[in-house]
Amino acid sequence: MATVKSEQMDLLRFATAGSVDDGKSTLIGRLLLDSKSIFEDQLEAVEATSQSRGYDYTDLALLTDGLRSEREQGITIDVAYRYFATPARKFIIADTPGHVQYTRNMVTGASTADLGLVLVDARQGLTEQSRRHAVILSLLRVPHLVLAVNKMDLVDFDQAVYEKIHAEFTAFATKLNIPDLEVIPISALAGDNVVNRSENMPWYSGPTLMHHLEHVHVASDRDLVDVRFPVQYVVRPKSDEHHDYRGYGGMVAGGVLKPGDEVVVLPSGMTSKIAGIDLFDQEIAEAFPPMSVTVRLEDDVDVSRGDMIARANNAPKPSQDIDAMICWMTNEPLRPRQKLAIKHTTRSARALVKDIQYRLDVNTLHRDQETKELGVNEIGRVQLRTTVPLLCDPYSKNRTTGSFILIDEATGVTVGAGMINSGS
Amino acid sequence: MTQTHTDYRLSQLDQLEAESIHIFREVAAEFEKPVLMFSGGKDSIVMMRLAEKAFYPAKIPFPVLQVDTGYDFPEVLATRDNWVNRLGVRLIVASVEEAIRDGIVIDDGKTSRNRLQIGTLLNAIEEGGFTAAFGGGRRDEEKARAKERVYSHRDEFGQWDPKMQRPELWSLYNGRLHEGEHMRIFPISNWTELDIWDYIGREGIEIPSIYFSHQRRVFERDGMLLSESEHNPLRSGETVEERTIRFRTVGDLTLTGCVESTASTIDEIIDEVAVARVTERGATRGDDRFSEAAMEDRKKEGYF
Repeated sequence: MATVKSEQMDLLRFATAGSVDDGKSTLIGRLLLDSKSIFEDQLEAVEATSQSRGYDYTDLALLTDGLRSEREQGITIDVAYRYFATPARKFIIADTPGHVQYTRNMVTGASTADLGLVLVDARQGLTEQSRRHAVILSLLRVPHLVLAVNKMDLVDFDQAVYEKIHAEFTAFATKLNIPDLEVIPISALAGDNVVNRSENMPWYSGPTLMHHLEHVHVASDRDLVDVRFPVQYVVRPKSDEHHDYRGYGGMVAGGVLKPGDEVVVLPSGMTSKIAGIDLFDQEIAEAFPPMSVTVRLEDDVDVSRGDMIARANNAPKPSQDIDAMICWMTNEPLRPRQKLAIKHTTRSARALVKDIQYRLDVNTLHRDQETKELGVNEIGRVQLRTTVPLLCDPYSKNRTTGSFILIDEATGVTVGAGMINSGS
Repeated sequence: MTQTHTDYRLSQLDQLEAESIHIFREVAAEFEKPVLMFSGGKDSIVMMRLAEKAFYPAKIPFPVLQVDTGYDFPEVLATRDNWVNRLGVRLIVASVEEAIRDGIVIDDGKTSRNRLQIGTLLNAIEEGGFTAAFGGGRRDEEKARAKERVYSHRDEFGQWDPKMQRPELWSLYNGRLHEGEHMRIFPISNWTELDIWDYIGREGIEIPSIYFSHQRRVFERDGMLLSESEHNPLRSGETVEERTIRFRTVGDLTLTGCVESTASTIDEIIDEVAVARVTERGATRGDDRFSEAAMEDRKKEGYF
């Protein structure tokens, strides 16, 4: 077996949602198995457990249900991360449960995903659950979506079944923000169109699931135009060798930074030029997302954690009034006048809930303006006022500078995830 | 200056490195007293390298903590000392032997040194007043780890509650703590065993010599090959013979098995890992074998 060094591969993060009934675990099991990412001892443990429970088949769901409490209940209650690689790519799967009471887990998994994989059972067609998954992936601005029409073997590989689901979903997707959609007929159990092309569906000319995962183009999803560099950490060696060194460590959130570029530091508005960009002991010619680098400026301006480096003619507007979609993640509901801690890029502040405009029904897209609170796993449009200005962009423009988390100040727990519509 | 990336492509290994550096900086900025748990194993060496890069040209702004089981491989301790000296970081050694002597943990003769590390470690964290402890855990290692957060909250008893984990979204980490609590931080959560080796090869960094093929006097116990040692008295029926082996993981030498291997370079190890059919823990860690949920149980108590 030829070894491909992971050094040269690129990376695709994708999120899956669904329940055992959709065949999600079987599909993940198959991807892991066919890419040789399951080890013998893992498979043996799962086979033994399946046997001791009297199953007729090896329950591949046992591979992903990691916590004992989950195994006891036979359900996935949390986000599990799985890894596999093919010669083309390394993949990180955020595997999340699909039921409505676990919306927050799906939101979590989708937050870092380049691609979302939604499963439907060919016999059932589109369900409320599959629509909800598409809505959440679209809200989280996951740029690529795959609808896998599973269990095609149970509908005699009938093209009409596939076409009907395809048409129905495409019509639904026009209401959402899904830049790239692929609908693939598969059988996870038998392996049709997962890794190998199905001989049972000659009418299908599109890619297999694995081929699509390996080749979907994700590099252009990043914003390489609008420079956004949230300052994370000030590097000051204070040693004899590097006496005057002062650099700003951070991860590039947008645009391309080059030495010599004129920049503005927010919120102060001071301008300077980039003197150099360091990556460990190397000076580099440019920095782009998602690199972690250290930026040095020509002038001795006051810059600290929570500030942002941008371009003078292209900078986010500092805003204290934030309009955002919020996914609420804790049992005690979100109500107007509530005060919370907020973390946005490298900036922390406090936020006051001014208004809850509506609650979004993630199954029907209906906007409920009557309810003035958000319960656990609910998503709604909320107005916040923050103690200090946030240096933010709409989430639709930048998933890093457009997102935040809300923290309960008493318990310290993360209770909400926010996607900014606009700031003013 | 290095060459321009005309296509703005970042390899997956560079993306992992960038993510890990981001985590190190975030913790250094937000926590009062972080510490890096260093075992001398390959994962903790990669962590050291990433921390070095995150703060360069400044020194790593936190100390390094090692739990000394008393049963550590001498080659591993030598590598530890080389790293600590080169980077000029402060080393804190928490000794299991001393913890036994001081009555912090109880050696009943049946409990493994690996398990006794838990109490020793928690005591060292408490004594040092550390609020964040970096660990080299990876999510591909084991099922319970697959669901653990990068910032993994521990209560005032050092316990992990898998059902009460905080949601972790985007690259926004929540480091809020109450008095007496601490956070375990796993900056290499998304790395696989293969990524670790590729990175060690690419960076050309020092790892303990026992990872490479060598001759060693070993014996077989419970299907594992263990090193001959004064700490490993032979049981009846066990015989020692010399074999060509290497270690895939590094830990307490009474529990850490080796594999027969002729891989003597990083590239040869990578070839071997790429075709391995058994997980590294399954192959060589006695501590994970006792039950299907062994790791989950130890993690709840406060294990790494």
